[in-house]
Amino acid sequence: MAEVLFFIAGTGAIAGAIGVIAFRNAFYSVLSLVFHLLSLAALFLLLRAQFVAAAQVVVYAGAVMVLYVFVVAYVGGESSLPPVGAGLVPLASVFAAALAVELLIALLGSGLAVVGSTGAAFERTFGTPAQIGELFLTKFLLAFEVASYLLLVAAVGAVILARRRRGLPEEPGEPPRHVPSPGLALVGTMAETVHALPSSERARTHQGGW
Amino acid sequence: MAIAWYLAVSALVFCLGAGGVLIRRNPLVVLLCLELMLNAGNLALVAFSRGHGSADGQIFALIVMVVAACEVVVGLGLIVAIHRRRLPLDVDELSELRG
Repeated sequence: MAEVLFFIAGTGAIAGAIGVIAFRNAFYSVLSLVFHLLSLAALFLLLRAQFVAAAQVVVYAGAVMVLYVFVVAYVGGESSLPPVGAGLVPLASVFAAALAVELLIALLGSGLAVVGSTGAAFERTFGTPAQIGELFLTKFLLAFEVASYLLLVAAVGAVILARRRRGLPEEPGEPPRHVPSPGLALVGTMAETVHALPSSERARTHQGGW
Repeated sequence: MAIAWYLAVSALVFCLGAGGVLIRRNPLVVLLCLELMLNAGNLALVAFSRGHGSADGQIFALIVMVVAACEVVVGLGLIVAIHRRRLPLDVDELSELRG
């Protein structure tokens, strides 16, 4: 049973990864990555990592991918760009294949006793939220705190990066957009832009999206 | 199932991600391929955690997820900023920082 589930989930993970690379439209790439993440969560469950699997589905496939979908809808997923120049695609594939061979030799030929085994004896508490939480608050407390600071810094950094700055040249020929704001410094976030567009331009973006 | 099978899947997914970073030109898809590589690392960490019977590897995987979320947020912010300046979304064209 575990073997069947492993091959289904493993094939799903690899197929999802191929889909991310192969789809032309970035929107389909994101959906393919969601499929990949769900397959990976099944693999985590097979490895008895319940909490990591749940976090993978909720945080990754849920929240982060929604963020991706929003940005793809904002930027426009359809790209007319070909992949890199014609000669470079086979070269890149050769590099990737060489890396695969190298990694497989390094992992499977390493002679580590763990690699060939089916895993340590299973305990009932292994991978439960209780165990993970206890480790986070005792042995890995510093990493936990640093991760929370990192999240805070990343959130602030994203707001600063994505807001519209004054003084940067907009598209030439187009009159500067009217931003109805009380004149505070932190205007021009993504959500505000969606509401602040004039109606004609909103219609145009609406047609051009997706 | 031996741990080796999980490691093999992890290695293949990592290489697909690396190949995607080399091949694709859309920075959004490059970010997605980075996600693939991080997830391959996560799978290997969880597999070794199962092999050793210690949950430390799962903690490591969760921290990797946090770092990946930060990387995604900053990367997507950069992409939105690039789009707003009407620059082309193409990693070959974005060479302003070249000396």
